[in-house]
Amino acid sequence: MSEFVIEIHRMTKTYGEGDIAVHALIELDLQVERGDFVAIMGPSGSGKSTLMNIIGCLDRATSGLYILDGEDVSQMNRDQLASVRNRKVGFVFQSYNLLPRLSARKNVMLPMMYNGFQNWSEEQRSDRAAELLELVGLGDRLHHLPTELSGGQQQRVAIARALINDPSLILADEPTGNLDTRSSAEIMAIFHRLHQQGATIVMVTHEPDRALEAQRTVNVLDGRVVSPESEMERLVVS
Amino acid sequence: MTLPNSFRVAWEGVMLNKLRSFLTTLGIIIGVAAVIIMLAVSAGAEAAIEDQISGLGANLIMVTPFRSFGGVRGGPGGGGPGSITTFTYDEVLFLSQNLNNVSGVSLEQSTTQTVKGGVSTLNSVSIVGVTADFLEVRDYEVGAGRFFTHAENDATQRVAVLGAGIAEDLFNDADPIGQQVRIGSSRFTVIGVMAEQGVVGATDNDGRIYIPASVVFKKFGGTGFGGDRVRMILVKAEDGDALEVVMDQITALLAGRRQIDPNEPNFGVRTQQDIVDARASTTAAFRSLLAWVAAVSLVVGGIGIMNIMLVSVTERTREIGLRQALGARPRDVQRQFLLEAVMLSLVGGLAGLVFGVAGSFIFGELGGMRTELVPLSLPLAFGASAAVGIFFGYYPATQAAQLDPIEALRRE
Repeated sequence: MSEFVIEIHRMTKTYGEGDIAVHALIELDLQVERGDFVAIMGPSGSGKSTLMNIIGCLDRATSGLYILDGEDVSQMNRDQLASVRNRKVGFVFQSYNLLPRLSARKNVMLPMMYNGFQNWSEEQRSDRAAELLELVGLGDRLHHLPTELSGGQQQRVAIARALINDPSLILADEPTGNLDTRSSAEIMAIFHRLHQQGATIVMVTHEPDRALEAQRTVNVLDGRVVSPESEMERLVVS
Repeated sequence: MTLPNSFRVAWEGVMLNKLRSFLTTLGIIIGVAAVIIMLAVSAGAEAAIEDQISGLGANLIMVTPFRSFGGVRGGPGGGGPGSITTFTYDEVLFLSQNLNNVSGVSLEQSTTQTVKGGVSTLNSVSIVGVTADFLEVRDYEVGAGRFFTHAENDATQRVAVLGAGIAEDLFNDADPIGQQVRIGSSRFTVIGVMAEQGVVGATDNDGRIYIPASVVFKKFGGTGFGGDRVRMILVKAEDGDALEVVMDQITALLAGRRQIDPNEPNFGVRTQQDIVDARASTTAAFRSLLAWVAAVSLVVGGIGIMNIMLVSVTERTREIGLRQALGARPRDVQRQFLLEAVMLSLVGGLAGLVFGVAGSFIFGELGGMRTELVPLSLPLAFGASAAVGIFFGYYPATQAAQLDPIEALRRE
């Protein structure tokens, strides 16, 4: 198995054509090792969101190479990308995105509905979901609806959902953006624990404090990855 | 995604907004129920007409002037509206004397008269002049006393047989046989009372009085009975096999007597089946019109489903985006919404079946119209509702499947 979960080479993403073309990503390179905990930072308009969408296989690059967990996903069609998302990516969103009419456990089981663990019985799936909810500290909230849970609890359900298909990558988009300090700390604690257990985590954030908690930070600016040093230079020069 | 899962998710979608799902389904319920009820009503109308005509009696042949009924047997031509050739009483006698393989020849010449008898006077009573074969031809029965004989008819005896209702109205519980009744200005002796029949079709057969045809034509000269012309001759064949032979005989005899070409007769000879067939073609047109009206309401119901599915897709864009992010392929999303639409229409179809069947019975019982459930209409209407669901659910489902997950997730 490859030592990298994410290998991106000379990736370009262009919206539109000709004079009105907007280059969101320009020949960007990025590698994320297995077990790494990376924070992606950058101001709005930097291409940070575009990069995250491509890493999450929600979007495709205009050109360049993207190998996710040893699988070249650069040329995949919509169906193949859906399958890759299902098997390899665990999404954690800023606004949790739980289905309001489903219990915590059913929400966690949702990704299994789409090809994941096809040969598991309903009971096994249910047990697995309960296990994961236990792991994020919601063992006593299995049957609660999202509306009956606090923001922090909802985000923990979302993390359990992200883990259900044993993904190669956890992709968190501003996971603490909607949470108070205490809940944020709880969420970050879960990420740290997962990281220690060997999970690969990519977290997009605009909060420097959160970024500092990660193992390393990748700064995106004008569609390129900039090293902290060069960023420092830029600030000093200007 | 596995099929049972798809069904469950689609059902959850339907139950998400129960009132809205119900209202949407209502269109299909009404459509399906309308199809079933409409078909039941038209089938009932057909059956009623058929009964009415076959109520004339089995193996019956009707000899009519042209243009008195729907279809015509015996070739084209035969004169326009101005040259309608009715029959004479002599022609009736001639047929009754010369036809073979028949069990009776009759006619029914009717008028309305004021009738006095016992203690009562009745206005507008239907008086019908018939031959002695009448009972045989019509398969009617006498309840008390007897019917008049050929001899009495030939001798123009003034005798009368009362309908059961008339007998009761005139004489109450007293025995009417042997009593006198006054029909118009003539006195008749009551010799019998018909068995009770009730109302057949639109005719109250219990409200008639039967008198010999000879009296009508020879004594009254047809006065008050639409002239001295016979409007229709009824011939009853011995059995079904003899029908064709008897019809040929009638044509040959009448044409010979009138000295015209039997291939171009100026009268029509038909069985009741011919008339049933002629009526059936008009009711079939009526039936298909009703069916189309009902089908249109199904389509309107389908448009309702399409409308609500489009709203649903818009409202649940974020859910669609999430499902896509979690690994739903476009076809998974499409299937979810298509199944939802089909479920709405199937639930509607099922409820429509129940209401349609119940409605048919209620119409039949309370609406005063005869309804007959058409068995084929049940699978037909149900199948149509499923087809409507697929047809009108396809576009919204495809819209949902084509959503871009990034855009969809960003939607509030």
